[in-house]
Amino acid sequence: MQDVLSVVTSLVAGSIRVSIPIAFAALGGTLSERSGIINMGLEGTMLIGAFFGAVGAYYTGSAWLGLLTAMFAGALCGLLHGILTIRFKCEHVLAGVGINVLASGLTVVLLQMIWQTKGKSAEVASFSNITVPGINQVPFLKDILGQVSPLLILLALSVLGVWFLLYRTVFGLRARVIGENPEAAGSMGINVYRTQYICVILCGVLAAIGGAYMSIGDIHMFSRDMVSGRGFIALAVVIFGGWHPVGAWLGSLLFGLAQSLQYRLQTGSIPPQLIQMLPYVATLIVLVFARGGKRRAPAAEGRHYYAKGEQ
Amino acid sequence: MAKSGNSKQGGFAERLSKNNVFLSVVALVLSLIVAGLVMLIAGYSPLEGYSAMFKGAFGSVDNLAQTLGTATPLIFAGLAMAFAARGGMFNIGIEGQIIAGAFPAALVGAYAQGLPWFVHIPLCFLAGMVGGGLWAALAGFLKNKLRVSEVILTIMLNYVAIYLAEYLANYQFKAEGMLVRTENVLPSAVLTPLIPYSRLTGGIFVALFFAVLMWWFLSRTTAGYQIRAIEANPYAAQAGGINIQRMNLVTMFLSGALAGMGGAVEVMGVHGYFITNMTSGYGFDGVAIAVMGRYSPLGTVVSAFIFGALRAGSTSMNRMTNIPGEFIQVLQALVILFVSTPGIVRMFLKKRRQKKEAQN
Amino acid sequence: MYAVEMHGITKQFKNVLANSNVDLMVRQGEIHSLLGENGAGKSTLMNILYGMYAPTDGSIQVFGKPVEIENPLKAIGLGIAMVHQHFMLIEPLTVAENVVLGYEPKKKGCFDFKKAVAQVEALSKQYGLAVDPRERVENLSVGTKQRVEILKALYRQAEILILDEPTAVLTPQEVTDLFRVLRGLKESGKTIIIITHKLKETLELADTVTILRKGEVVTSLPTASVDEAKLAELMVGRIVAFETEKKEVAGEHKVVMALRGATVVKDRRNVLDNVSLEIRSGEILGIAGVEGNGQTELIDVLCGLEKLHGGAILLDGEQLRSKSVTPRAMLEAGVGHIPEDRGKRGYVGSFTIAENIVLGYHRNKAFSKAGLINLKARDEFANKVSQQYDVRMDSIRDTVGSLSGGNQQKVIIGRVFAQDPKVIIAAQPTRGVDIGAIEYIHAELIKMRDAGKAILLISADLEELTKLSDNIAVLYAGRIVDKRKANEYDERTLGALMTGHAAGGEEASKEREAQ
Repeated sequence: MQDVLSVVTSLVAGSIRVSIPIAFAALGGTLSERSGIINMGLEGTMLIGAFFGAVGAYYTGSAWLGLLTAMFAGALCGLLHGILTIRFKCEHVLAGVGINVLASGLTVVLLQMIWQTKGKSAEVASFSNITVPGINQVPFLKDILGQVSPLLILLALSVLGVWFLLYRTVFGLRARVIGENPEAAGSMGINVYRTQYICVILCGVLAAIGGAYMSIGDIHMFSRDMVSGRGFIALAVVIFGGWHPVGAWLGSLLFGLAQSLQYRLQTGSIPPQLIQMLPYVATLIVLVFARGGKRRAPAAEGRHYYAKGEQ
Repeated sequence: MAKSGNSKQGGFAERLSKNNVFLSVVALVLSLIVAGLVMLIAGYSPLEGYSAMFKGAFGSVDNLAQTLGTATPLIFAGLAMAFAARGGMFNIGIEGQIIAGAFPAALVGAYAQGLPWFVHIPLCFLAGMVGGGLWAALAGFLKNKLRVSEVILTIMLNYVAIYLAEYLANYQFKAEGMLVRTENVLPSAVLTPLIPYSRLTGGIFVALFFAVLMWWFLSRTTAGYQIRAIEANPYAAQAGGINIQRMNLVTMFLSGALAGMGGAVEVMGVHGYFITNMTSGYGFDGVAIAVMGRYSPLGTVVSAFIFGALRAGSTSMNRMTNIPGEFIQVLQALVILFVSTPGIVRMFLKKRRQKKEAQN
Repeated sequence: MYAVEMHGITKQFKNVLANSNVDLMVRQGEIHSLLGENGAGKSTLMNILYGMYAPTDGSIQVFGKPVEIENPLKAIGLGIAMVHQHFMLIEPLTVAENVVLGYEPKKKGCFDFKKAVAQVEALSKQYGLAVDPRERVENLSVGTKQRVEILKALYRQAEILILDEPTAVLTPQEVTDLFRVLRGLKESGKTIIIITHKLKETLELADTVTILRKGEVVTSLPTASVDEAKLAELMVGRIVAFETEKKEVAGEHKVVMALRGATVVKDRRNVLDNVSLEIRSGEILGIAGVEGNGQTELIDVLCGLEKLHGGAILLDGEQLRSKSVTPRAMLEAGVGHIPEDRGKRGYVGSFTIAENIVLGYHRNKAFSKAGLINLKARDEFANKVSQQYDVRMDSIRDTVGSLSGGNQQKVIIGRVFAQDPKVIIAAQPTRGVDIGAIEYIHAELIKMRDAGKAILLISADLEELTKLSDNIAVLYAGRIVDKRKANEYDERTLGALMTGHAAGGEEASKEREAQ
């Protein structure tokens, strides 16, 4: 009994931990898609976040400053995506693919430049877990949430923040309107572009935090292409989270579960390649069940809005 | 004004194909310039880099053969992306389909004994087509069922294909030795190099033939007409009795089949067996190539040669100047971004014109 | 005092001169009709006034002051509001949220929904525009949605209200209501401009009319000084024949296509509810109804684009198996389809005329052999049909997207009629086409009827419906609520039936009194 319980608690704790990067990215994706912009570049933005998190932490010796560096780099990715899709009407998917390939190449080139290697960075400063007072006294719960990464707390705040932004502020109302019908918003004198830019930039920041968690939250180094599809999984999470911030978090937890199962299974006799396949197969399976959900995508998602005078 | 404006009609492939060739060329030049700047910032000399790259790509007959040989699977990858785009689908999962084609091709090549080459080689290609085609059709099937964008589905299937092939090559079909690879294909399934020790094989003619075939199929057959109609206006296509879901499957199958042939040609012409990572990066190369070729077969072939040169050149650039070969990825990303945002290119051209006028 | 003065407005689009040296003078407190055919430049002119387009040339004064209107925000600031033909409403949001959008009441930096509701309630009381501010827009009828649009304008304290084709989708009763509201607004001092191509409504509602033709002003005059015929002549530039010759087709009219108890369920609602109807040879069966009462589903069912959840389709007296009812099967069985929204279902804009003219029939032996397109046969056919149906073009290589609305429609009609269909489902066949093309299309439809085709006509234009149909069935909330000979209806009874009231309109008038 004790054994089963400890397995369960460590599984849950593990799920929560590994869901963090996907949750941040999915949260960003939700915000961006609600304003009508599909950010296929989440994958690349996470990679950039992971890399610059490590770079920042390496040069300053502080994980927090590393995080800040990552956020800034992520904001730039978001801005780039915004300029491409909003200003220049690039196909959203192609803008995303471009950013992903760019991130993948650029990080290796810079890795070589800074650390003279194409594989892994040096060890850098990373976040250490903090003890949550109160919870660390409660039996069982203390094994799950007694000691947490500060980024988990940041995640909880971000979920709350994005929810508040979307559903309680004027800005959020306008963003949702733009995601449904940008022409209507424009005709009401709302600055469609500015709202969308803010959303994609915030999306970039959030995705980059997710990436940074991988390099300086979970471990303490950057390694080449370490995001390995989590950004794409986050895109799927946006869908079955119903384009809702809380849904995005819950969806990510499901993935966390699949992945932490994967870590457990790795000790068994199942071939590692099949285990590594698990998160991606799980995404496909979950998408099967997400079908029939009541929520639908923002109506104007992926569409270009032409303001007055534009061709 | 009129209720039925056609402004909202037209798919993404059509919008891009309206740009003229000139914009693609300028976009390529811009990408080379910006990538050069990145090189400069990273502390390398772009002049040295590019000249090493140029020499590596065109410097000798051997180099040229290397370029053309490298371009061969890229033509297939580009055609795969372009074909799907012509049918209104973003097939971002070409990498997985290349693998799904390469693996069965390698098995047929290794285990189908006693066949003359003129049967064995086509059979391997066929195995590649079927493998890649079915893998892509799986994405098409899931899209029809789930109504989820094919983009996410094909990407997820990429990862599944990578690990599945790695698993099979590591267990059931593992060849003797340290490497995770399949048995050598039989001599009757080897595409011999046209120029000794190069990657250039007769496969390139197969690739060119399929480019022509794709053009012919899209413009001359009823099925091609239907596929194009779906991209340009799915609602009208549906009202015209075209079964969109079925044609989506056909589109994806044929697109994947093209990708799968790219895998087969690599197995038979370059490696002689299936090995993990043998095709890494070909998928997104395919995206860049098709975009630069504006989804037309001819444009795709031309840009596949350019990318073949860049890839072949980047290997020798890495060797000669220590500039990491990953620069090619940066360049590739820039090409995708510049070609798909003609606005940036136009703005650049306008600025230059204004500058010239100011000078005069 | 003029509320709006536009002088010498010219607007050049890429290839089109939409407005050429247009002057428009609108007095304060009047209802001004901007009359013209489709493509005459009315909407462009008003979009310029509303700041959506920048004019190529010309100047604007609002309440006597010269102004530059760079964007809608500026227009709103000047007291100008526009109610677009396609409502600019966000369906999943509430009425209150829609109304306050852009000028949201705030409390401590957050959106104050309660205050928004209160404000909208007050406003709707003040101007007699009954709506529930908490209702989601997606649940509202078209007429009510329009009220929300007007509320939006009033919330922004608009003094000048522009309405683009406001009656296009309304029932006669809703039109009466709208006119009452507009007159009320006029009395409270607002200036109203309506964009329209309808002569009757110009005469009934407006004080002054400005007529546009091909981007230029023909004249501007008080409505009291003209009649319908004169207006039509000014608008079209020639004398218009209003009547279409129509005699009953002799002989037996057998049922070619029929629905028995057809039911379609969407979102757990019966959008088509136990519909039975018969389409007979040599007859035009008209379907009257407010948009969104099941017309689209009816068309889609008959063309195989939508599956039935109950009931049956019969063709030549034989019941079709529900699995075999696909768009392709229906086309091959001889059911021709003129779609209600031609830009959506009718043509492929980037395809050539030749490619479009075989769409749906591209598999026919004449055009396709062993899966290959027979280019020569197709092009010959395209040339023949586009000549026969008077498609104005340079060549059959032109893309259909580059043609005018009327010519696009002729391509579609040619495509369908040239295949000698048994049944023709003609939905909104003259929507958005110019008067010349309307006359032509009407005549062609009558010709097909006289040739013994069975025709179903769905139209929002009651005049067209009563003029062309032999019988009319009224569709309301997915049901056929009434069916008679066309000449037994007048517009009032039709209107009452279309809004769910018994024939005679008694209940309808009672309800209005109660309001």
